[in-house]
Amino acid sequence: MSEPVTALATAELALADDALVLSHRLGEWAGHAPVLEEEVALANIALDLLGQARTLYSGLGDEDELAYLREERDFRNCQLVEQPNGDFAATIVRQLFFSTWQELLYGQLTAHPLATKAVREVAYHRDHAEHWTLRLGDGTTESHTRTQRALDALWRYTGELFQPLPGLDADWAALRAGWDERIADVLGRATLSVPEGPREGGWAAGAGRQGLHTEPFGRLLAEMQHLHRSHPGAKW
Amino acid sequence: MVTGTGTDAVAAADTTSGERVAVLRELAGGVPDPELPVVSLAELGVLRSVRETGEGRVEVELTPTYTGCPALETMAADVERVLHKHGVADVTVRTVLSPPWSTDDITDEGRRKLAEFGVAPPRTGADRAGGPVRVGLGPTRTRTRGRETGTPDDTAAGTPYARDVRDPVRCPHCGSDDTTLLSRFSSTACKALRRCETCREPFDHFKEL
Repeated sequence: MSEPVTALATAELALADDALVLSHRLGEWAGHAPVLEEEVALANIALDLLGQARTLYSGLGDEDELAYLREERDFRNCQLVEQPNGDFAATIVRQLFFSTWQELLYGQLTAHPLATKAVREVAYHRDHAEHWTLRLGDGTTESHTRTQRALDALWRYTGELFQPLPGLDADWAALRAGWDERIADVLGRATLSVPEGPREGGWAAGAGRQGLHTEPFGRLLAEMQHLHRSHPGAKW
Repeated sequence: MVTGTGTDAVAAADTTSGERVAVLRELAGGVPDPELPVVSLAELGVLRSVRETGEGRVEVELTPTYTGCPALETMAADVERVLHKHGVADVTVRTVLSPPWSTDDITDEGRRKLAEFGVAPPRTGADRAGGPVRVGLGPTRTRTRGRETGTPDDTAAGTPYARDVRDPVRCPHCGSDDTTLLSRFSSTACKALRRCETCREPFDHFKEL
């Protein structure tokens, strides 16, 4: 597998991997979502993300090779998107963290065709995640407890989102400030607390961009790549 | 629309390039959308350009509605088929992303056909937020009259659904403006699922993008 040659290509590979991996995670909800409408919503969001990944991959090389034939260490996705779905609250918190970041980042990349195209779709993803965060946080004791638990558990993966990706014309400090403000506002109105634990450095996670991934990612890849690797060139 | 006249004009040797391209554009634009076959690609606004790049060679540019829209591949295949059928030997269909497609690109005729088909068409001049803005748990029910809750939900200002209050989504079956959002995503990413509170029928709403 040849390495991407430019900084932009390296950054686009990271964005594509984020989209593909999160798309796969959301696809795992098929047949398991709490209600039919959410089943459909999560699948639609997954499809949007898959479209982003395909658009970016096809500009970088062979889509199938990039998605199905790379090893774990070759993937540049952030660790947040590879985290297991958990319960519905955990999936919504992951969506809130990621889609808020993605909308802000894509909104900055005004010269990038895919970002400019996808940002409006991502606005619907973020809108969906925010509404559910408000409902779950300000819902029952049980939904509140579970959502807070998910926030606390996923918080350590949020610092990595703001590691600059060279090649992208983005103001990463502004991105982080905007994200912090946005998340604090939503969580406040959802009667939830912004977690206080570390977000990076020391023991905290955050090296997906360098190809270091958490343990659940290996299993995700094994499932995602199994068919293609077992039946090379299979079509239907 | 695919017509006999169109076939003749493509094949006839004495037509000008401009005339041929106009006919080719009509042929390609007349291809029905694979998922909403009541509207054509031209009415949906996804046909960006048709060019003759040489003798018997035509290049068509399509733009996807949504980035992940699975119908795009079928659209490209359908365009190729219809142009081959009308004598174009070499058809290339390219996908372009810029400028991004918007529901404002759907023609008036396309909107009328969507409504007739039972899909509430997207409202024009979509309110697009320039970045994230505050959303609240506002009412998901939209109507212009007789709201029990008094003032419109101002916390929703700037969200993809903000305009619901002053510009409600109308039921494509009975025309009532008293409709409720059931789900932000429906049978495809481009649609939301709503229910009419007057005739009680559920319906799809083509979301503004």
